[in-house]
Amino acid sequence: MNWFIEMLRSSIGKKLMMAITGLAFILFLLIHLIGNLTLYGGKELFLSYVDHLHALGPLIRVAEIGLLTFAIIHVSTGLILFWQNLQARPVRYQVDKRAGGRTIGSATMPYTGVLILGFVVVHLLNFHFIDHTQQTVFQAVDATFAMLPYVVFYTVAVIVVAIHVSHGFWSLFQTIGANHIKYMPAIKGLGVIISLLVAAGFGFIPVYVSFIM
Amino acid sequence: MISKTINLTLKVWRQNRSDKIGRLETYPAKDISVDMSFLEMLDVVNEDLTRQKKEPIAFDHDCREGICGMCGAVVNGRAHGHEKETTLCQLHMRHFSDGDTIVIEPWRARAFPLIKDLVVDRSALDKVIAAGGYISVNAGGAPDANSLPISRDVAEKAFNAAACIGCGACVAACPNASAMLFVSAKVSHLAALPQGKPEAARRAMAMVRQMDACGFGNCSNETECEAECPKGISIIEIARLNREYFKSEFA
Repeated sequence: MNWFIEMLRSSIGKKLMMAITGLAFILFLLIHLIGNLTLYGGKELFLSYVDHLHALGPLIRVAEIGLLTFAIIHVSTGLILFWQNLQARPVRYQVDKRAGGRTIGSATMPYTGVLILGFVVVHLLNFHFIDHTQQTVFQAVDATFAMLPYVVFYTVAVIVVAIHVSHGFWSLFQTIGANHIKYMPAIKGLGVIISLLVAAGFGFIPVYVSFIM
Repeated sequence: MISKTINLTLKVWRQNRSDKIGRLETYPAKDISVDMSFLEMLDVVNEDLTRQKKEPIAFDHDCREGICGMCGAVVNGRAHGHEKETTLCQLHMRHFSDGDTIVIEPWRARAFPLIKDLVVDRSALDKVIAAGGYISVNAGGAPDANSLPISRDVAEKAFNAAACIGCGACVAACPNASAMLFVSAKVSHLAALPQGKPEAARRAMAMVRQMDACGFGNCSNETECEAECPKGISIIEIARLNREYFKSEFA
């Protein structure tokens, strides 16, 4: 086991942890998005999705514990990387220009990451840690998005998630060593598509619930 | 034939020793021929400083033909200046305009302690090489030609990585001061060839460990390194290093 801990402690090992947990979160996001799309089908369809999901019982617990573990790994490793990378250049440049490599996504990863963590906490407080005996999830959604600040907050938050994913997706393939001139353009394209899907798919839901439904 | 000349204002990082406080000093650079290289322009400025009994600007240089990796400074926020795939010695003054102000700073990284002015100590890169960037064979006599067939594709792959001159621009340009492009170039250059294959796993692990120990930052795929590399080395080499590293750890 020693070699494994040593491997994870190396700079490439930390990248690997970010990549694998990040991939898991992207898959989770996509499944979450598919589930949320049932909202467009109305109250009945959404509640039936919620019932089917909860019928999975222990599997949900396993998924929750898995996601929480991955979140702890992703956030703590990310913070360590952020701190170490700041330390690696104690004297900054007086003039610092980009050469064209950096993107909005890559330059803001630690910041969007912390914002997403805050968003996830609020999100769980809104819909997860509520008294489910008093109200259905649909009522919680309806009540939350009746408040305009929440509509704005959620829409902005998913745009931040999309920015994070725009760098994270192709980057995780690079980290696990899957960069080839044949496939990388497709991977980068897919990353853009997934980011847009996340931004548009999740971002429109609060607007829909609030103004159209 | 008299070539066109331009006048510039330089803001150069002056610092006597790493433990002294440094700052940007302003110097005029007058009547600079546009045919000069950036280093020749600095030579002219240094001649002036010497005549005025001032300390000339210290900077590293050697071959001045873009192949030794000795020169390098951050010019207006860009490693080796704004021209693509160019070392500082091959950056010509025709790429600047009359009246420009040019800010010149040394490579900035914890792993590259400053020696004087624009000169930094890049021996951390040598330590990474010493950790595994070699092939352990008893040289003996020269082998017969074609006794070790290597396909053109493999040779090209190795050459692409071997183009690295170890100048440190990747570290200087990286927002995290990471040396991954340098290390990856060395690892994949040697791993591509039959002579280097037997030690590929041990090499990747040893060089990554040494890279971490030297205090370089962690790669976060910003890709600024490949944009600034004077030899155009691609981050595909980094993906290959990652593969070699995982192979060495998991297998």
